Amino acid sequence: MNQAPTLLRVFAYLSLLTVGGGMAAFPEMKVLTVDEHHWLTFAQLIHIYSVGQMAPGPNMMMIVVIGQWAGGFLGALLTVLAFFGPTALLAFVVAKGWRKLEKWPWRRSIQRGLAPVSIGLLLAGCFTMAKGAITGFETGALAVGTLLVLLQYKINPAMLVVAGAVIGIFSFMPK
Amino acid sequence: MGNAAVGPTSQVPDAAVPIAPASIWEIFLEFLIIGATSFGGVVPYLRGSLVTKRQWIDDKEFVEMLSISQSLPGLNATNMAVLVGEKLRGWLGSVVAIVGICLPGGALMYAVGLFYHLHGDHPWTTAGLKGVAAAAVGLILSTVVGLSKKALSHKFDFAFMAATVLAVNRLHWSVPRALLLVGAVAILFHYPRNSEKDDKDQ
Repeated sequence: MNQAPTLLRVFAYLSLLTVGGGMAAFPEMKVLTVDEHHWLTFAQLIHIYSVGQMAPGPNMMMIVVIGQWAGGFLGALLTVLAFFGPTALLAFVVAKGWRKLEKWPWRRSIQRGLAPVSIGLLLAGCFTMAKGAITGFETGALAVGTLLVLLQYKINPAMLVVAGAVIGIFSFMPK
Repeated sequence: MGNAAVGPTSQVPDAAVPIAPASIWEIFLEFLIIGATSFGGVVPYLRGSLVTKRQWIDDKEFVEMLSISQSLPGLNATNMAVLVGEKLRGWLGSVVAIVGICLPGGALMYAVGLFYHLHGDHPWTTAGLKGVAAAAVGLILSTVVGLSKKALSHKFDFAFMAATVLAVNRLHWSVPRALLLVGAVAILFHYPRNSEKDDKDQ
């Protein structure tokens, strides 16, 4: 599979961008997997990301699909290794040291400083996705509706994504 | 299920109290179960399983590990698996924990990839996916709101957040560049002050 080195490189790089959540890497993921390497289209990327929100476990397992389309089973396996390996190693190495730094005053500064930036990255990823996913009034209303329900009620978010699928089938079926 | 752990405060968590022993196989199985059942976000499932059911870590450790997981790159789910696995059984514990938590979702998404190629352009699928994607945007926005309420305390924090969004979406900076530049300014802004007036008093 000639895509193997590229898949490893791209996903190892993306893995290091997931500060504060997987969505932080989304704008860069779009550029690399869609625009540069053409492993899938932007619409497909949005689709599998969204379907991935219904799956249990770490919420970026959608990368498995990109790996599969680019290089079959081996591609999927390499993608997972590249995407989770580097950060797992980092967590393993840093964890002990970080615990010892409890008294270090800058530790708190780093945590407080990174919080707004990581939330900003999440929001930037959300806007990138919205450009492709919000195509008109109906999809916009569905997104705002989901947001309001989630802010108002304690409900499992995966259920709302399932509800989105049902509403989609009833509303967006070509007549 | 949680027979001995009805009240989390019934036992005072104490470093001297030995934690329930965990074998490599038990760690793998527990994280496999979390990986297969944690619909809609792993954190509550992790807590219910590791703190309440298994009592492998106490609440204080859980919160601390979660805060480390959130500060490092990587997903909360996999970083937590590495940290808890390491605490219980060293590097092998980390490996089986992360494999366990990834396996069910990964297998499911592999099947989704196959299905999408076969039926992706079916009108039902297209219509459903359009709804799913719109709902997912709402879901991410609700995460942004929830995190902002919890983690942003200073009005300048919102400026740093907005600057990050503009840098990535408008100026098309790469994520690392935005992270390093805006992050550095934000960290310096929150430089350690002697008084720590907004921190809890000793």
